[in-house]
Amino acid sequence: MSLLRRNIPLLASVAVYAALYVGASLAYHHFCSLRVLINLFEENAPLGLTAVGMTFVILAGGIDLSVGSVMALCSIVIAVLIEQHGWHPLAALALALGLSTLLGTGMGCIIHYLQIAPFIVTLAGMFFARGLALIISVEPVPIRAAGHAWLGGLGIPLTGQLDIPITALVFLGALFVAAYVTVLTPIGRSVYALGGDEEAALLMGLRIGRTKVFVYTVSGFCSGLAGVLFTLYQSAGNPSAGVGMELDAIAAVVVGGTLLTGGVGGVCGTLIGVLIFGTIQTAIIFDGRLSSWWTRVAIGTLLLLFVLLQRALTSATGRRKAQHVSG
Amino acid sequence: MGVRVWAACLPAGSIAVVSDPLLQMRGIDKWFPGVHALNHVDFSVRPGEVHALIGGNGAGKSTLLKVLTGVLRADGGSITFEGTPLVCGSPAEAVRCGISTIYQEVNLVRTLSVAENLLLGRAPRAWYGLSWRRMRMRAVELLGGLGIDIDVSRPLGSYPVGVQQMVCVARAVDTDARLIVMDEPTSSLDARETRRFFALLEQLRARGLSVIFVTHFLDQVYRISDRITILRNGRQVGVFEAAALPRTHLVAHMLGRSPAEVEAAAGATAAASAVAPERPAAEHATTLGGATPVLSVHDLGRCGTLAPVSLAARAGEVLGFAGLLGSGRTELARLVFGADRADSGVFEVDGRRVKIKGPRRAILLGLAMAPEDRQADGLVQDLSVRENIVLALQAAGRRGAAGGRTGSENAGCGDAGGRGGGFGWGARARQRSLARRFVEQLGIVCADLDQPVRNLSGGNQQKVILARWLACRPRVLILDEPTRGIDVGAKAEIERLVRELCRAGLAVIFISAELDEVARLSDRVLVLRDRRAVGTLERSRISEEAIMAAIAGKGGQEPFQQP
Repeated sequence: MSLLRRNIPLLASVAVYAALYVGASLAYHHFCSLRVLINLFEENAPLGLTAVGMTFVILAGGIDLSVGSVMALCSIVIAVLIEQHGWHPLAALALALGLSTLLGTGMGCIIHYLQIAPFIVTLAGMFFARGLALIISVEPVPIRAAGHAWLGGLGIPLTGQLDIPITALVFLGALFVAAYVTVLTPIGRSVYALGGDEEAALLMGLRIGRTKVFVYTVSGFCSGLAGVLFTLYQSAGNPSAGVGMELDAIAAVVVGGTLLTGGVGGVCGTLIGVLIFGTIQTAIIFDGRLSSWWTRVAIGTLLLLFVLLQRALTSATGRRKAQHVSG
Repeated sequence: MGVRVWAACLPAGSIAVVSDPLLQMRGIDKWFPGVHALNHVDFSVRPGEVHALIGGNGAGKSTLLKVLTGVLRADGGSITFEGTPLVCGSPAEAVRCGISTIYQEVNLVRTLSVAENLLLGRAPRAWYGLSWRRMRMRAVELLGGLGIDIDVSRPLGSYPVGVQQMVCVARAVDTDARLIVMDEPTSSLDARETRRFFALLEQLRARGLSVIFVTHFLDQVYRISDRITILRNGRQVGVFEAAALPRTHLVAHMLGRSPAEVEAAAGATAAASAVAPERPAAEHATTLGGATPVLSVHDLGRCGTLAPVSLAARAGEVLGFAGLLGSGRTELARLVFGADRADSGVFEVDGRRVKIKGPRRAILLGLAMAPEDRQADGLVQDLSVRENIVLALQAAGRRGAAGGRTGSENAGCGDAGGRGGGFGWGARARQRSLARRFVEQLGIVCADLDQPVRNLSGGNQQKVILARWLACRPRVLILDEPTRGIDVGAKAEIERLVRELCRAGLAVIFISAELDEVARLSDRVLVLRDRRAVGTLERSRISEEAIMAAIAGKGGQEPFQQP
């Protein structure tokens, strides 16, 4: 009973996703195919990765607005290093990942040690990374190196003509690792404790500082990885990529059942959130008649509904608590 | 005379083997800006004892405990724990040293499961990571050992505060604490929960753990503690064996009086209370008989919160709400004030029907409420005394004119209301004079008007809230537990203020968990049980016993059911 109740937001997300998928499959010919499903994962891998990082941050009660910009910065750094400086693709990827992780750690340290609101710090990080990306190159830089193309072409063959592409694999892999970390490691549980009640977590003797820096580091790394996937998928680096993506990521996390106030939720929900996002987008493309901006309207509506649902649930438990406390 | 046993001295005629103290704090000094919060305080705890630390507000209990648990650093003195000097810079470090703290408000993570709350930080591992199965088993075992049987995989927040508090203790026991500091752990527990909590304390004592127990309930001090250390104004007044210290002496030491004086006063009060019921009743019959109530409420109720209740508040009268914790006292007050939306009910002010849709409307109609939790709901902790006092005035600027019309001369508010709480320099000067007047009238002890409210003691904070509402010149003042968590002296002061306000023509609704207080102060008492009103006692019938009988039901034997 209580298990069911606790998971209502997640179950609601799953229900919405199932309804969307079944509805679209019935409405549009060929929607219900493996290829469409794989495309869904492939196209939304960058968003999915930033959302996974964002899940950590939101679970810990924070927010990271820099993810889209960091992704763009990484993509352009990779492109420029490979194309203009002749770096080996792997070295370029590694450097970009290191850079984004460092950015995340830096922001985490500022947030924790200087006690500045994450909203402001990551907003600054967002401008910083975007600006840096545009300084490196104003225009998108295509990547033509053979090594990079080979990397992007990797995949696990599924049927004769169908592969699970590397981008989808990396996304799923990251999701798996994130799920493992949040559920089965002490630091993962510290994230939940921190988001649930920072003061209490501190008094329980948990290492709050380390946990806080950790979540922003994870988010930085995930954004970097999203940048890597972006270059693999697009074969280019683009300094203007991912504008507004941080908000999409937040939306996906919340639609996936994670409380924006922290402490409750998880990465599995985020997967569902991202899939809902992607399914709506794909369905609208399939339809062909609708403006693609309808995606936003749909997501906006869903987001509102989910927040209302969470509100209803938390206030229900809150009232129960109040009854016990007050006289 | 109480046997005075100084720290580290041998207990007189002891039966037990005298052991070295577990904790020894010597000559602790702590300065805050302008305040000598701890003045050379000595404090020691023996192994396996429950040691009550008591004192009025501002006595230095919290500061002493904060120094002990590493939240604050002492300016002087030494701390020895288990024979070695204790140096810890944070509560987490203190936990590692074997000192755990249970705070007044539960300090665990409500969104996490009970099991995690117990074991987080040292959860059992398996080769693949945390082992949830073993974590649950450990948690069940741990709680079972303390006689607590609950589903450990549910979130902690889904349990009542009493259970949460016990989970806190279980966690402390499991972190291998040798000393558990409990800062008013029972303040939000009802009688049954408190009983269970004390049973738990007995178990801890039997296991040889030491407990420092801070509380404002003197009954509980005697029920559970072995020794008592009394602090007053930052000094240690004495260390006593609980069994050898008469209650009057304890109160005397807390108040800084001689025991004989207090005994005499207690006798006088008893004599006074014997005749008290007659006098006010007569007074009211002449002055107020048959007057229209300032505020009357009919069938006010809210589904799931409170069964419909009717009540009337008359000018110059105190209407008390009495009932156990959770009986619906606060809920009723909130409904009257419009803080919660009622399902049913009719309001009348001066006999005219009105609608109260929210606190703002209630304030405009001349109602004021000082909420129960002054930390969270009542005061803006970082604002100054002055700002806090004029806050409500700003919110209800329009009320000023109305206040003038009704012309209630309560507590000499004079010209305050008419000017509202406007902004700008002129207003600021008026705000200052207004605030200063209240500070003087109510006897608020603060360094100056711009001191943040955070730094005041509980009793003084409560007075600031009172001042704020009085500044709006209300006609009905609702006080929800104004004396909760404040010391005896401050309580008496609040009582005196309430009487004065009444005399000035205010209608007061007074809520308190302490029945003797309600009985002393009220002209009528509305008794609540299980979220419904069970009756109203008129002045001549009010006594602690009568209220208790009403709460207990007709037979007085009926066991209480918590909702």
